[in-house]
Amino acid sequence: MNKCTERLYNGIVKENPTFVQMLGMCPTLAVTSAAINGAGMGLATTCILVMSNLVISILRKVIPDKVRIPSFIVIIASFVTIIQFLMQAYLPSLNASLGIYIPLIVVNCIILGRAESYASKNKPLPSIFDGLGMGLGFTIGLTVIGAFRELIGKGCVFGYQVLGEGNILQGKQGVLKGIGDVFGLYTPITIFVLAPGAFFVLAFLVAFINKRNAKKLAASKDSVQVSCKPEACAGCANIMCAGKKLEKSPISEVNDVESNDKKSNEENKER
Amino acid sequence: MNILLLAIGAALVNNVILSQFLGLCPFLGVSKSVNTATGMGMAVIFVMTIASAATSIIYYGILQRLGLEYLNTIVFILVIAALVQFVEMFLKKNMKSLYESLGVYLPLITTNCAVLGIAISNVQEGYTIFQSIVNGFGSAVGFTIAIVILAGIREKLEYSPIPESFKGTPIVLITSGLMAIAFFGFSGLI
Repeated sequence: MNKCTERLYNGIVKENPTFVQMLGMCPTLAVTSAAINGAGMGLATTCILVMSNLVISILRKVIPDKVRIPSFIVIIASFVTIIQFLMQAYLPSLNASLGIYIPLIVVNCIILGRAESYASKNKPLPSIFDGLGMGLGFTIGLTVIGAFRELIGKGCVFGYQVLGEGNILQGKQGVLKGIGDVFGLYTPITIFVLAPGAFFVLAFLVAFINKRNAKKLAASKDSVQVSCKPEACAGCANIMCAGKKLEKSPISEVNDVESNDKKSNEENKER
Repeated sequence: MNILLLAIGAALVNNVILSQFLGLCPFLGVSKSVNTATGMGMAVIFVMTIASAATSIIYYGILQRLGLEYLNTIVFILVIAALVQFVEMFLKKNMKSLYESLGVYLPLITTNCAVLGIAISNVQEGYTIFQSIVNGFGSAVGFTIAIVILAGIREKLEYSPIPESFKGTPIVLITSGLMAIAFFGFSGLI
């Protein structure tokens, strides 16, 4: 049982997919225009991650090594379809606001990454907890970013107006009304709930993480262990490791592209 | 005329990266120089157009006839993965020069969520096969425009004094954010 709590802690804090590993950036940017969307997306991903980890872990000795990636994708896609139907039936409004990003959970790096690096090598029970930990870590990441964007961009949190004209405190009496009036002075910056805001928020988040890593590096002096696993999804994780220390990539194509990049950069400099 | 509107809308107004956030990984990863970005863009145009055609033919020809529409996610991802492999083999055998210029980018496209995203949205919007092809092509052109512009800016950024913690991904994201604001200007087009 101790191993299970360790997996939970690992997913939520130590290797948090959003804040530490920087995986699954497409949904992170796309659905965090409101906290509730972020939470919904995170929970949907959690369900799929738990179930796919369970099934992949049970089948880990049956699936031949050569076709494991396609098999994982089929398993994940089946669960995505199930979740899509459940959401259409029971949460139609959330389904409408998440739209195309629900089927796109199939190509989320986190799920395939966990299947490849944990579930295909471990027993079912720890795999379930690994999926749960990672999923909750992702949910927390998306909800926090969503709440932040919603607060700055609309003055709301989970749909409740807390900043700006007509916030909930202004309807109260006495001191609360005074606080509400002060909060009412805030003018929401609409761009933060639109597409560009997502890029800006993520940029500052990555800058913050870079700074923290640099501090850690300075403190420990030896190389800091950043979990950059390029095999997680052909380049996704790789890219977010820009400027960090990289483990050697087993995917030669990615290396090719990078060396090509370097070559052409040098050519440009020569010119 | 409607077709033209669809293509322009897909390429500029609902830009696949800057307003829908699909295919961010190659956008951030393969945009270090204009040459590689162009190569990647061409590969995406090529694959996305073919993939849009293939997925919508399969959807209307097979899945809908058998009443299996709900299998679209599973079928599409397998079709796209197989298609990329097939295109790669075909190019390697018959069009050596094209293969050499696109080669390294093709495997990266399999995991590109833009291709799957466009295939699914074609079906969800109820586009016909021809409209799907136009939408796929337009979106891919939009991707290419965005990635080439970003690569051009990044080449200049190499020589700029950037705060230490903003080097690498953060400054690229800020650049993309500014580009996204600029692309809002196109929303009046349709």
